[in-house]
Amino acid sequence: MKTDDLVDLLSRNVEAVDWREVPRKLLLFAGLGALAALIALMLVLGPRAEISSERAWMFIAAKLIFASSILVVALTYLVRIARPGGERRVSVALIAVPFVVGLIAAGPSLALAPEPGWRAMILGEHWRLCFICIPVNAILPFGAIVRAMRLFAAPTNLSRAGMLAGLAAGAISALVYALHCTDDSFPFIALWYGVTIAGCALVGGLLGPKLLRW
Amino acid sequence: MTSTEGELKGLMVAALGGDESAYRDVLRRLSGYLRGYYKTRLMQAGRSATEAEDLVQETLMALHARRHTYDPTQPFTPWLYAIARYKLIDFLRRTRASAASVPLEDVEGLTAHTDPGASESSLDLDRLLEGLPPKMRSAIRYMKLEGLSVTETAARTRMSESAVKVSVHRGLKALSVLAARGRGS
Repeated sequence: MKTDDLVDLLSRNVEAVDWREVPRKLLLFAGLGALAALIALMLVLGPRAEISSERAWMFIAAKLIFASSILVVALTYLVRIARPGGERRVSVALIAVPFVVGLIAAGPSLALAPEPGWRAMILGEHWRLCFICIPVNAILPFGAIVRAMRLFAAPTNLSRAGMLAGLAAGAISALVYALHCTDDSFPFIALWYGVTIAGCALVGGLLGPKLLRW
Repeated sequence: MTSTEGELKGLMVAALGGDESAYRDVLRRLSGYLRGYYKTRLMQAGRSATEAEDLVQETLMALHARRHTYDPTQPFTPWLYAIARYKLIDFLRRTRASAASVPLEDVEGLTAHTDPGASESSLDLDRLLEGLPPKMRSAIRYMKLEGLSVTETAARTRMSESAVKVSVHRGLKALSVLAARGRGS
């Protein structure tokens, strides 16, 4: 085939396309993935007990703020890395900021508490559940985001794109898990939410080159 | 900003809006740049320059299928270069050669030289089209080879107009995958 013939073929009757489709579709699919994760959590685990108490709300809010600050960074970068060359506009250092701020914020509550109580504050009652539930429930939003990337995006750094997809999915899953989680301490949130979300990002980064090729 | 950047960007923005002649123009120019770039890089990687034409066409097809990923608020050349480099590395990997020799930063180098010496690629359009489902194949034949309008194509293929558009879009996307798979993917 001659290249000029291919150029004629591609340009003939060319359709107008909307460059804003990339963020729109990514956010739509991430939203659908979040909805699926929410339904899965409600069906399997259900909301936490005393969800309407003031104390419960304070910690739910803390968990939601932590997870959503990570989600905002992840989605902002995801829509950038979805375009060819977008990796130039992604700062890995900035991704770490919410994690570090979470750990710093957990400091005072440990400092104020007596030392024998630290173990309970850090491990909580259900760290195992948190450790399993957040990554497992991240599979649904991860699948949705990967699907959107394959259909509508063209990342040129696949491991980093996979990492950001995993980060966003982990943050979505943690956001949803916060509605069930009864471990109410700041160190628990910073450590276990942080570790599980980071783990999702790591796995996403490993899967990226396989899943996101185009 | 160089004038090449400005010109290419202007053409591409018009092309995204559906301007056929701007799109033909920009693709012609891009194939010259891509040819020059791939010939040099393939020779550096110890490969034959004749593979360059295959790679140029594969890249044009991939770029076409993903052209909506160009964000007009950003410069055009880095977008093009990212695609060119990605496809080169993908090609070298697929054909079992080292990708290590591709420099990371060569944005300016890409549009510095153009190579008008087009030759035929080893890709056979008719054979590629045969790999597509019948509806996609006929939609592409009517609209993209014979130049019929969406309405005419819809009438001949007994599909709705939106189904024709979807078939052409998906068909061209599938075509770029088939083209890449042609050489041991």
